Amino acid sequence: MPTAPLPASPRDLHGASPAAGPAPSAAPLATLRGLTVDFDIGERYVRALHGVDLTIARGETLGVVGESGCGKSITWLAALGLLGPGARVGGSAVFDGQELIGMRPRGLDRLRGGRIALIFQDPASALNPVQRIGRQIGESLALHRGLRGRAARDEARRLLDRVGIANAAQRLDEYPHELSGGMNQRVMIAMALAGEPDLLIADEPTTALDATIQAQILDLLRDLQAESGMALALISHDLGVIADMADRVAVMYSGRVIEEAPAGRLFAAPAHPYARGLLAALPDIEGPKRRLETIPGSVPPPHALPPGCAFAARCPHVDGVCETAPPPLRPVPGAPARRAACARLEALVRPPEPAPVLQRQEQRA
Amino acid sequence: MSPDLASSEPLLTARGLARHYGVRLPGGLMGRRATLKAVDGIDFDLARGEILGLVGESGCGKSTTAKLVLGHVAPSAGEVRFDGAPVPVDHGGDWRRLRRRMQMIYQDPLGALDRRLPIAAQIAEPLQIHRPDLSRADRGARAAELMRAVGLRPDQAARYPHELSGGQRQRVVIARALALDPELLVCDEPVSALDVSVQAQVLNLLEDLRARTGFAALFISHDLKVVRQMADRVAVMYLGRIVEEGSPEEVLHRPLHPYTQALVSAAPSPHAGRRRARIVLRGDPPNPVEAPAGCSFHPRCPVAVARCRTERPPLLREGRRAVACHLAQAAGGGFAPAPLPSAAVSGAAA
Ligand SMILES: Nc1ncnc2c1ncn2[C@@H]1O[C@H](COP(=O)(O)OP(=O)(O)OP(=O)(O)O)[C@@H](O)[C@H]1O
Ligand code: SF4
Ligand code: SF4
Ligand SMILES: [Mg+2]
Repeated sequence: MPTAPLPASPRDLHGASPAAGPAPSAAPLATLRGLTVDFDIGERYVRALHGVDLTIARGETLGVVGESGCGKSITWLAALGLLGPGARVGGSAVFDGQELIGMRPRGLDRLRGGRIALIFQDPASALNPVQRIGRQIGESLALHRGLRGRAARDEARRLLDRVGIANAAQRLDEYPHELSGGMNQRVMIAMALAGEPDLLIADEPTTALDATIQAQILDLLRDLQAESGMALALISHDLGVIADMADRVAVMYSGRVIEEAPAGRLFAAPAHPYARGLLAALPDIEGPKRRLETIPGSVPPPHALPPGCAFAARCPHVDGVCETAPPPLRPVPGAPARRAACARLEALVRPPEPAPVLQRQEQRA
Repeated sequence: MSPDLASSEPLLTARGLARHYGVRLPGGLMGRRATLKAVDGIDFDLARGEILGLVGESGCGKSTTAKLVLGHVAPSAGEVRFDGAPVPVDHGGDWRRLRRRMQMIYQDPLGALDRRLPIAAQIAEPLQIHRPDLSRADRGARAAELMRAVGLRPDQAARYPHELSGGQRQRVVIARALALDPELLVCDEPVSALDVSVQAQVLNLLEDLRARTGFAALFISHDLKVVRQMADRVAVMYLGRIVEEGSPEEVLHRPLHPYTQALVSAAPSPHAGRRRARIVLRGDPPNPVEAPAGCSFHPRCPVAVARCRTERPPLLREGRRAVACHLAQAAGGGFAPAPLPSAAVSGAAA
């Protein structure tokens, strides 16, 4: 692949190649290395995140997918210092050259809602119910861009306009309960944009919304991203949403990333047995109707993980080598852009075999 | 296993079924009186052994329909008949006798179970209420058999709901619902709270049990993929009314109504690939308190014409297909998809 020069600004990146995604040689915007989280459960700590390595490039959409409790949310909450005193965070999270783990609270406050913005599944609970929309956006504008008074109000109106809220001027004076769920999510996005973020972390941003409203919000996120060049970490349990939006996908299981690959390739041919099982278990609208394949059993609880691969008890390919230590995330043989955490990758992703000799002889006969 | 529709009367029929609620809107001193039309005149049949999928967005009346069918709420108009007789709503003896024959599976298995009772006791509970003729030992044997049928292990009999996973809890709920060999199951988002890998287990289980026992089901889900997997027939609801009906393949692969077209195109699928064309509707789903006049979909409809604002399109039927849209009529008779302009389609691959 040709190496592209680092673009002068995120806007240039998208001006040059709107659909091509980030330049491969650019230094990542954010890098998580060996990120761990331990929760205090009274007597002792339980590890919920077991060393997550992830990167996200400028302008890129990283999809993070996995079942409930696998650590999708705490990965980013830990990186941003949002887990509270009951959690012990280890490892490293570097954002644009700055280490976030152990950073002073004031520094983190400046970054959060500014260059790094977050939106959550339930906009109604993330917004302050007793404060008018305009005031809430205004606070963010004051904190991160030093705008006040008239200028702040004008900018807040422009942002509401931008996220597709009709009658923006009037909406500024309304309270969150006066808006629908879809509109509140737009308000959340407007607040996130107030700090002109380089990275937007969207944790299940459309899970609480109806299908037609979800389509609107995903479209909006896509447009905003193309316009501003911000990177997007999109967390979702919905494989369809991830397939629709992501450039690259990380699949998590039991507190670890177990596969990471460009989106198209992951969905076409997942390497890790869990990722394969997940896709086979999903019914589809298109194609012939088939009986669903199931993954037996359920996810092990964080306090009772096996010593080896956390998927071993459910895996159709389990073998002795799987049960000694958790397999590390490593390049997939023959596909260096992809990584998977499975001890038996070599056996599972065999290159296509040459046509057997026997057949050729039969043809000749 | 398609049921033979011609050979028998439907198990369940709904005719002109409606449920309205009086509400107060902000405005004036005491607020303004208004009517919320949760279900606003729907007709459907369900044959014995058939699964009818009911889809639509939140607030469109799916769950109210379920409650009406089960006799949990009284209709404001119209009626539901089960096996030829109206479904009683008084929770008296008639209702209880009928409830043996129709059972419910909800979205949240933990909420549906009693936290203080071991699961085997909960599975046997309907037997205790409705089958006093059975001995205690017989009831225990039947509970054990049900546990086996839904894939729970005998050693789990003494477990409490909180000691089980979400998928196992839903199995308990299913086992309990099947205890009395019901003819009808009403399933309201039965797998929505479950993770994908567990969801597939529960869907396969329901398929197997149906093949074995032949129950009919009203299967409510917002997830079109799940409905396609399970249903023999699909009805799409919008603002308290059925706007389209047909086989899953017809409704999901050749939707007629503009709303169904949008819903289908908005359903995310990992197999559809990235940035595929999608119909994005403008505006929010409207409030059922102030449903628009004419076609209630008209404010969001990309192809609405003047007539749509004043004239409500009736649900027209042709064989197994039905649609309520002025523009879904083919020139030579029959139905054709309402033609959507390309301007309504966004996100097509660059
Ligand atoms: N404050 C906390 N104290 C103790 N354990 C916690 C806390 N927050 C999260 N956990 C645990 O950490 C693990 C990962 O949680 P996380 O919220 O990241 O999951 P998730 O992948 O986002 O799941 P979901 O899809 O349900 O949102 C889970 O086992 C969860 O129970
Ligand atoms: S390491 Fe072994 S048990 Fe784990 S996913 Fe790979 S094959 Fe399965
Ligand atoms: S009747 Fe009119 S408004 Fe309603 S769906 Fe059809 S075209 Fe759209
Ligand atoms: Mg989460």
